[in-house]
Parts: sequence; structure tokens; C-alpha cells
Amino acid sequence: MSHSIRRSAAALTISAATTLALTSFGAAAQTVKVGIVGPFSGPFAHYGTLFKNGAEAYIASQGGKLAGKEVELIYRDTGGPNPGQTKTLVQELIVKDKVDYLGGFVFTPNAFAVAPLIQQSQTPTVIFNAATSAITDKSEFFIRTSYTLWQVTVPMAQWAAKNNIKKVVTAVTDYGPGIDAETAFKSEFAKQGGTVVESIRMPISTTDFAPFVQRIKASGAQAVYTFLPGGPPNLGFVKAYNENGLAKAGVQFLGTAEMDEFDLQKFGDSALGLTTAFHYSAAHDSPANKKFVEALKKKDANAIANYASVGAWDGMHVIHKMIEATGGQKDGLKAVAAARSLQWESPRGPVRIDPKTRHIVQNVYLRQVEKAGALLVNKEVQNFGPQIDYGLDK
Amino acid sequence: MQLLANVLIDGLAYGMVLFIIAVGLSVTLGLMRFVNLAHGAFAMIGGYAAALLTREAQWSFWIAVPVAVAATAALGAVLEALVLRHLYRRTELEQVLFTIGLSFFLIALTNALAGPQVQLIVLPPLLAQSVDLGFRTLPAQRLLVIAAGLVVAAAAAWTVTRTRFGIWLRAAVDHPDTAATLGIPIRTVQCASFAAGAALAGLGGVLGAELMPLEPYYALKYLVLVLVVVAVGGMGSLPGSLLAAVSLGIVETASKYLASDWGGLFFFLAMALLLAWRPNGLLKR
Repeated sequence: MSHSIRRSAAALTISAATTLALTSFGAAAQTVKVGIVGPFSGPFAHYGTLFKNGAEAYIASQGGKLAGKEVELIYRDTGGPNPGQTKTLVQELIVKDKVDYLGGFVFTPNAFAVAPLIQQSQTPTVIFNAATSAITDKSEFFIRTSYTLWQVTVPMAQWAAKNNIKKVVTAVTDYGPGIDAETAFKSEFAKQGGTVVESIRMPISTTDFAPFVQRIKASGAQAVYTFLPGGPPNLGFVKAYNENGLAKAGVQFLGTAEMDEFDLQKFGDSALGLTTAFHYSAAHDSPANKKFVEALKKKDANAIANYASVGAWDGMHVIHKMIEATGGQKDGLKAVAAARSLQWESPRGPVRIDPKTRHIVQNVYLRQVEKAGALLVNKEVQNFGPQIDYGLDK
Repeated sequence: MQLLANVLIDGLAYGMVLFIIAVGLSVTLGLMRFVNLAHGAFAMIGGYAAALLTREAQWSFWIAVPVAVAATAALGAVLEALVLRHLYRRTELEQVLFTIGLSFFLIALTNALAGPQVQLIVLPPLLAQSVDLGFRTLPAQRLLVIAAGLVVAAAAAWTVTRTRFGIWLRAAVDHPDTAATLGIPIRTVQCASFAAGAALAGLGGVLGAELMPLEPYYALKYLVLVLVVVAVGGMGSLPGSLLAAVSLGIVETASKYLASDWGGLFFFLAMALLLAWRPNGLLKR
């Protein structure tokens, strides 16, 4: 039985695919296959574009090959948070397309859903975005190059406490990551001796934020720590924060991902001076970041450098090093072992992979929105130094 | 006391935004009995046109808005004349299927042409500021929405009940054949009414954009809210829609102040209770 017949047989009979996967295991890998899983259509399609630009720009910056091997990126569209479909797509990628690595993942439930698959097939999987701490616990083949809310929130809470902010109100969207953010801030701020006077959870369908902003104003807090999903909710909240004169009333804005470069220009001058703690700013001043931004623009003049595209760029770097360590052979255990001790200069600053959690250890910066020419940028005003994922100890 | 005032003011402002977005549907679905689920798409087109004109072409807001509304009306008229008029006598299910398909088409088209990101309408300085009410501030834009809502409600109610056109419209909807034999130009009336509905949708898209930001999924995202307002207000009753929008807006706002952990529960609970109490609309017995 020749290889080609075997392949088509595998395509036709998915039920028998596992057996066939074993028999065709000996085939020498000509190219390294990487499955990129993310939303490429629907309301979150821009994440897919950010992943695609970041990953392809990285490969182009390495001269089109990684560690001397041809790399084939296979994109799979999950739409939105859709664990069932993601599982099916990833199963196909592993069994039918026989990918060597997986990358991508915007939503936490989608990442959770594939944990048993990558564990069983020993497929190293690099999370470019999904930010819930527990993901890397679910399989030893997960490596993450994004961030977690704990990672950026803990230094923010410490900074607030050090800067004479005693009373804070938290206002988060009432869903998984929002509650994660609220818990992270509350526990660290209490440890630092501060008080959270009120915790507001805003329904995910909220469009009118004025009532919540009035409650924040009435709470008597000196600052509001907030977390909202990107896009319309985020824009709506910041707008309400400004229109209701909270900055003037002396309630400082403390955020994390809110001033992300994808939305930043839409805030207009109302965003000036807003404070966030985050791991990546497109305005980060370093040769590595310049190289990253240039590579992106070469790929697509409208490409945006933000946390998702840098997550994909660094994710491809990790995959690059894993291909190097295994010589292009499929060997998940060896690849992940190599990834555990990686450290490199990322566009966001010096980073390394924590050998224990397989999560990225990186600097977190305090940033303020400023104007550079006609455009708004996140100017890094303070470096909190390398931070681990504090969420996993909880 | 301050809390009550806050609830009433924010509730009124939110309710007026709901009304201004829903009023166009009150005309097409309510008065013309055409199940127009593409209403959100028309609102989106109006909003996008205003965003394009104020941001890319740098037109003044006060000129851009009427032009955007007129453009939406023209598009509505063309679509009505070419396609939608064939649906008036079809079943409601066919109307639903066609207009929801039209919405999906327009979402994909918007996504392809303008991209997935949120579009902002540039407000003139007069509207971008906050107005001091003594004990708190309110964005000036909200005052414009409240005023526009009242004007639209009054003008539309007057047109429907007091003018010849309104009589023609009601006749054309209730007894099209009789109306035609009486010499009423049914086609013109239908086309003009649909265009007016589209124009109001466009106006809602523009004025409501501060709370309901424009993006390709706008066309479906807020459709439920709009349908709720029209259903609670009663088919074809513009004052009913206004009352429904403001009451529901106040309920929603009060729940945000007092019981935000319950999410949107109270809004839909209020809808269910109001519909049980007055199934044909708030102002109809």
C-alpha cells in the first residue's frame, strides 16, 4: 500500500484514522506543519488577522524557513468561543493533517477543550492569547506566550498601594476573565493594606455605562480598577468615565488591556493620561520591537502591533526553537523540554518560559496614554520588572 | 433622593436612545405590518454614512447627519421598489427569512468594506462636552437625543393621524384593494413610508451610536432590544413605543444602580409583565 493511497483512505474513513496515523508514522517529514486555531470570521475575526500577521511576519523575518525547515501554516476558524467545534477542528488537524505543532487560541474554553487531545497526541501547543491562568495546568504540552490577568494586575495593585491610593472600587464585566481580574486585584490590594470599597460587576450585555460610572463616583474611592472585553464595551466604559467627569472628580483610571493598540486611536483625546499596567506597548523602545513592527508593516501596511500579534510572533519563536531542538522530527516531549528553558529578547522586552508552569515570564510596565504626533501611544513610564503568573499559586 | 434623580435621568436618556433606534421599526413593522428584521442593518448604514462623512470627508456633523439620513432613505426606497415590495403579500415567515438574509449580507459587506473595528462619528464641540445639572453632569449628546426623540415622536404621530398621507397609509395597509379603487396611489405611499422607516432607522443609528457603537454586527446585536420596544409599545403605536422605551430604560437603569448582579433580568421581566398586562401594546386596551 503506497503512501498516497493510505492518505486518501485516512481522509475517507475518519473512524479508522487513529490506526492509520500509527502506520504512516514513519514517513519522513518534508515540511513542518503548524495548525493555527483562532477566529477568522465573525465578530472576533480581527484576532485571526492579528495572529496571521504576527506568525507570517515572524517566518518572513527568518527568511521563510525555521531552523532550515519549510513551515506550512494551516489555519482553522473557530468563530467565537466554541469548545465543541474547536475540539473537532483540532482533532482533524492532529489526525488528518498530522500537524507537528499547534498555535493560536483566543478564548479560554476553546483551549480547555483541546487539552486531552494534545496530551494524548503529544502535540506541543502554544497559546497566543487565551489568558486564564489554569490553561497551562490542563496539559504539559501547553506553552503560553501571552499573559494572564494575575500577571499584570498584581503589579498594578502594588503600584496603587505604594502611590497613596487607599480606597479603590473595582468595576469589571461579569464574565470569567472579569471575575479573575477582580479577584486578583482584591487579594493583592488587601495584602498591601488597601481597601476595595465596592466591587461592581457589569452585565456583559451592558451598553449604557452611565449608571455604573455614577456608582463609582458615589463610592468615594480614589481610583477605579477595571476590566472589560475589547471593542464596544471598552469604548463605552471609557467614554462614560470621561463624560461623567470622573477624572475631574479625582477618580483615577487603573486598567490592563483597555488601552490596547487595536482600539486605542478610537478613544481620541479622551484617553490621554489613562493609566494601565500591561506587558506590551507598540511604543516599547527597543531594536527588537522596531524589527517586529517593521516586519508586520512589510507583511501588511495596515497590520497592528498589539498584544495578540506579539503573542503570535513570540509563539512562532517558541515553535522555531522547538523545531531546532527536534531537528524537524515529531517529538512532542523533546520539543516541550527544550521550550521550558527558553529565554529571548521579545519585542516586549526580555522574556523567558517558566520551566514549571510553561507560562511566559515578562516585564510588566506602567503606561500612560500620550500623544506622539497625531497618534495616541501607550508610553511606558515605569518598569515593574519580570513578573510570573501569580494566578497558578492560588 | 439623589439616587432616584440619577435613575430617572439616566433612565430617560437610555430610554430615548432605545426609542430613537426603535422608532423606524415601529413604522415598517408596526404601521406597514412588514416584518423588517433588516431594520438594524438600515440603522447601521445610516451610522456608517455619518461616520464616513464626519471622519473621512471631515464634514460638519450638522450637515453630515441629514445627508446620512437621506442616503439611508434613498437606499430604503430603492430596495423597496426593486425587491421588498414583492414580499408584502407573502407570509410573515418569508418576510423574516428574506430580511434576516439581507441583514447577514449587509453585515458581511460592511465587514469586507470597512473592517471589523468600531466606527466613531465625530461629534461637534457643542455635543462633545458635558452639561452640568447642578448635582451631576450629563453628556450634551444625550440632551440632543432626548429632544430628537420627542420631536420625532410628535411629528410621526401627527403625520399618521392628522395628515392625508397618514390616512392613505392606514388605508393602504388595512385594505389595499379598496384603497386602490378609491384612487389612492398605493405604490407611492408604500414606497414613501418604507423610505421614511429607513430614514428613521438611519437617524437612530447615528444618534444611538454613543451607546450602541457601530460595527458590522450592529445589524443583529441590538435587534432584540428594538423588537422588545416595538412589541411592548404596541404595533403601529408611536406614543406606545415612546412610553415602552422610556419605562424599560428606567427599569434597566434602576437595576444597574441597585441590582447589577442580576444582569439583564429585570429588563426582560418587565417586558414579560407588560406584555401579559397589555398584550396589544401599552396604550391599547
